Amino acid sequence: MSEEEHNIVTLSVKNLHKSFGPVEVLHGLDITLRGGEVHAILGENGAGKSTLVKILSGFEPLSSGELLLAKDGGEAELLTEWDNETAERSGVVLIHQEFNLAEQLTVAENIFLGNEIKGRLFLNKKAMKRKAQEYLDILRSEIDPDATVDRLAVSAKQMVEIAKAQAKNARVLILDEPTAVLTQQESQVLFELIERFRQDGVAIVFISHKLDEIEQIADVITILRDGEMVGSYPASKLSKDDMARLMVGRELSSLFPQMPALPNEAEVVLKVSDLLLPGNSKSSSFELRKGEVLGFSGLVGSGRTALMETVLGLRKAAKANRGTIEVRGERANFKQLSSARGKGIAYLTKDRKGSGLLLEKGLSFNFSLFSLHKMSRLLIDTRSEAIAFEKAIETFDIRMKDKSIVAGNLSGGNQQKLLLAKILEAQPSIIIIDEPTRGIDIGTKSQIYHFIAQLIESGHSLILISSDITEIIGLSHRVAVMYHGELSGVLAGDELDEHEIMRYATGLKSKSQNNKPQKNESETSGISNAQA
Amino acid sequence: MPKLDLKTAGPFIALVAIFIIGVLVNDAFLSSGNLSNILARSSFIGIVAIGATFVITAGGIDLSVGSMAAFISGCMILLMNALMDSIDSMVVIIILAVIASLGIGAVAGLINGLLTTKAKIEAFIVTLGTMGIYRSLVTYMADGGTLSLNFTIGDIYSEVYYGVFLGLPYPVWVFIAVAVIGYVLLNMTVFGRHCFAVGSNESVARYSAIHVDRVKTATYMLQGVCVSIATIIYVPRLGSASGQTGILWELEAIAAVIIGGTVLKGGYGRIGGTVVGALILTLIGNILNLTDAVSNYLNGAVQGIIVIVAVYLQRGAWRRD
Repeated sequence: MSEEEHNIVTLSVKNLHKSFGPVEVLHGLDITLRGGEVHAILGENGAGKSTLVKILSGFEPLSSGELLLAKDGGEAELLTEWDNETAERSGVVLIHQEFNLAEQLTVAENIFLGNEIKGRLFLNKKAMKRKAQEYLDILRSEIDPDATVDRLAVSAKQMVEIAKAQAKNARVLILDEPTAVLTQQESQVLFELIERFRQDGVAIVFISHKLDEIEQIADVITILRDGEMVGSYPASKLSKDDMARLMVGRELSSLFPQMPALPNEAEVVLKVSDLLLPGNSKSSSFELRKGEVLGFSGLVGSGRTALMETVLGLRKAAKANRGTIEVRGERANFKQLSSARGKGIAYLTKDRKGSGLLLEKGLSFNFSLFSLHKMSRLLIDTRSEAIAFEKAIETFDIRMKDKSIVAGNLSGGNQQKLLLAKILEAQPSIIIIDEPTRGIDIGTKSQIYHFIAQLIESGHSLILISSDITEIIGLSHRVAVMYHGELSGVLAGDELDEHEIMRYATGLKSKSQNNKPQKNESETSGISNAQA
Repeated sequence: MPKLDLKTAGPFIALVAIFIIGVLVNDAFLSSGNLSNILARSSFIGIVAIGATFVITAGGIDLSVGSMAAFISGCMILLMNALMDSIDSMVVIIILAVIASLGIGAVAGLINGLLTTKAKIEAFIVTLGTMGIYRSLVTYMADGGTLSLNFTIGDIYSEVYYGVFLGLPYPVWVFIAVAVIGYVLLNMTVFGRHCFAVGSNESVARYSAIHVDRVKTATYMLQGVCVSIATIIYVPRLGSASGQTGILWELEAIAAVIIGGTVLKGGYGRIGGTVVGALILTLIGNILNLTDAVSNYLNGAVQGIIVIVAVYLQRGAWRRD
């Protein structure tokens, strides 16, 4: 897009109200999005951010109030018939948190989906491919326009979404939690892109729970709380603490709790040796001690989840080398999750909606599913089930309108707490949690961190997989870093630093290569990279 | 919550309505002979449908039940006729045949289950295949004709179908027993919960440490055993088996399950609904027999309409929440 073609738009809402049935969820918002500005929208889960962006992008009608669009500094025009199609024609494009791509089609086909370049009779595939390549080039992306989308990594899919927005000539680009699925490095690439869009005069709406990201890229910050407008502020006027305070409406006690120190002679509760993931050449070994949080860091797709799921018997190890697993000194070979559960190991999946909870089933049904064997002999003891559920609601502070709702109707944070309650009800002593705070507001996040601290205090051991490095550093005693399906190192003490972790995560450094001895001896440090 | 009530009570209300139509159509409808006939006839489909409720709740489908019933009938008759020469006691012969029948049913279900879970072939395809296999086997066993049960045994065995206890035919008692056991199993045990979970989302089930394959296979075995129970009380009724035995049972069983409110895509199942569904299907046939207003030949059409309407109402109820 050349500089001359600049068309700067200003999209604003005045006194916007939105109700679902009798319930009003947005109570009079006044927001102005200007071309060339990155406008961050902040708020806890349920504050109304998603509803707001759906209205802006024409997916939801507003209940009362005005939507105004001004082009090139001209008169603002009142938008009456504002549906998604009109919005996109006017250059207002929403990129959903869950992508909207046809998985079986190619990248080029997706970029032009619903917007195809046609010849006289048929689609002009060549032109579309060429144009798609142009868009991808502008994004400095190396994605092949002929690749089918289902084979792409998450970050690449997002790139395709952005290219798609470009094909629609987006002037207002709304990104709903774009970094939730990205690693820090990928996020930085996205921010560079956003910066270029900004310079190009595009108005960018950016929703994120990550305050440091907002601090980094936002020009204006609008904070919502319970559907009310707390205010719009120039980003330079707000510190991260201010943001958190305004969002929550109260002072947050420190986000990360004080973690109990790891005793020197703590017993090894889980020892994995020489486990090889399918398609990899190097096997991985690590140890987890009693009372320890062992963080697992790495880029998305680096094999952290695959490694844990292989340990737990949810996936098969490579045939060449199954490795050995020892739980409290006893050999174990889990073929299915129930055997791992029998040894006191529980796994909290990162895919809350796809693998964690039955969204159309009730809360209690979901809660007891992993520990039902404890609540039944011949028949299920529904009374003890109900008592345990009541207790869990209290312990985990699960909030809901009504106990009879289905799990899908809980907010994301409460779903996560329910999932945590579900796996902890089996009373595991070793807990593997995968991305426990993805897409969760800061209040719930802090709660979950405190649950983790409590678990450690009461002698549990925990493996924490997370793409949020602050979280990893804030909670872990040691951090294992994975790169391309293998462990590139286990860091402890002074090495627990964001940049150092990134060096291992991106393959710049590896403990097996430079053979740098750990603080302890490499035997007891728990990590070695064995040659397959 | 009226919505939930409507959903649970819907099939029952339909049953009462159809019953009232029956009363209005013909005085003979209310005769005890007719009523007990309706109950006895609905037992076959009902028992098969209770098995199908488990399969469908766990997200599967079994099209082979009708052929399986024919095949098991054929096996039972051949076995009993063959044992005539070596065993004197007719009762012993019948008991052996019953045991064999249950065994064949369980193994047939196991085969369906293993093919869907271990070989990872869609249940629809697997059971379409076994449906053809069993149908063809029974036709082959009967050499294209009919297998008839030895008269002497048939006389004694017929008590199982025609016998009456406390005013109700034996098949009805068996139906009640299977329904009660099915209800308890589906709603009050860990296995039942697991059926719901597997049918609702297999991945969640797997991450909840549920043996998904085992649960699914068990539902097919349960289905096989239900088919064999239905066959055990069906064989003495006619005393024969042929390529035509149990034809379209699979569709009637699935129809009964769906009318009863079980969701075809899995995750939600109701035994009580299935029992009501089986009764509704039999009632319709019976009423059409008793009236001249609609030809009896249109029985299938009326049943078809009922199934479609039932599903339409179900969907409406889903949408609202």
